[in-house]
Amino acid sequence: MHVSITPEIIGHIGGMPITNTLITSVIVTLVLAIIFFLATRNIKDVPRGLQNLVELIIESLFNMIDGVTGNRKQTYQFFPLVATIFIFIITSNWLGLLPGFGSLGFYEAAKEGASEEGRAVFVPLLRSANSDLNTTLAIAITSVVAVQIAGIAALGVFKYGKKFINFSSPINFFVGILELVSEISKMISFSFRLFGNVFAGEILLVVIMTLAPFIAPLPFFALELFVGFIQALVFSMLTLVFLKTAVTAHVEH
Amino acid sequence: MEVDSAKLIAAALAIGLGALGPGLGIGILGGKAMEAIGRNPEASGKIQSAMILAIAFAEAIAIYALVVALIIKFV
Repeated sequence: MHVSITPEIIGHIGGMPITNTLITSVIVTLVLAIIFFLATRNIKDVPRGLQNLVELIIESLFNMIDGVTGNRKQTYQFFPLVATIFIFIITSNWLGLLPGFGSLGFYEAAKEGASEEGRAVFVPLLRSANSDLNTTLAIAITSVVAVQIAGIAALGVFKYGKKFINFSSPINFFVGILELVSEISKMISFSFRLFGNVFAGEILLVVIMTLAPFIAPLPFFALELFVGFIQALVFSMLTLVFLKTAVTAHVEH
Repeated sequence: MEVDSAKLIAAALAIGLGALGPGLGIGILGGKAMEAIGRNPEASGKIQSAMILAIAFAEAIAIYALVVALIIKFV
C-alpha cells in the first residue's frame, strides 16, 4: 500500500509537469462548465429540469450568503467568489470518490534512492484535486488576496492599511504586526484544513479497502461525502466572514 | 533507537496527542450549543450553523496534527 503526499507527475507539456490532480481539476472545471451551460441554454422564466436544480443550488447559496452579510449589495459583490469556491470544492471532493480515482493508472519503475528500490510504483491517472497541497494553497491564496482587495476597495488604501500599520501607540503597532501574521496564517490554515481533510480521507479509504474491500467501506464513503460537503462549506463561509469583516469599518474603542 | 522505530513512535504520538485538544474543544462546543438550543429552541438554526463553523475551526487543529503524522510516516 503506497500513498504519496506529493501528486504524481503523469507527463510533461512543454517542460511544465502535468500531475494527476491537475488532470482532475481540469475535469472538474469541464464538468461544472458543461452542467451550467446545459442548464442555462434555453432559460425559461419558470425553470424546469436541470435549470430548476441549478437554480435551487444557486438560490440556497445566495440566501446563505445573504444571511451572513445582511446587506443585499454586499451579497451581490461577494457571491461570485464565495459560491465558486463552494461549488468547485464540493464538486472536486465528491468527484474524487467515484470509482476510477486512485485505481486507474500505470506502473512506473521506482526512482533512485526510494525506500522501495527496484519495485514498481503504481501511479494513478486521476486523483482528488484537493488532495494536492498546490490546489488548496492556490484557492487559499486567492481567497486571502480577494479579502485584501475587497477591504481596500471598500475602505481605501490608508484606512484599510491602518489595520496593519498603526503608529498611534506601541501596543497598536504590535497588534498591527500580529494582524499581518494572522493574514499569512489564514492562508496556511485554509490550505492545510482542506488538504488535510481530503488527503486523510483518501488514506482512510485506501486503508479500509485494503483491509475489507466489501461492505465495510460504505460508512467511510458516507463520512467522506459529509466531510467533502463540510469542508466546502467551511472554506466558503470563512472566506465570506473574512470578506465581511474586511469591508466593515473598524470601530474605534 | 533506530530512526525507523523513532519515526513510528513519532507519527503515533503526533496524532494521538494532537487529537486531545480538539476533541475536548469540540465536546465543549457541542455541549454549550446544546445548552443554548435548550434555552431557546427557536434560535436552533442559527446556533447550529455557528456551531458547525466553530467545530470546523477546532477540527482544523486536529487535521494539522494528522498532516504532521502523515508527513513523518510517509516522507
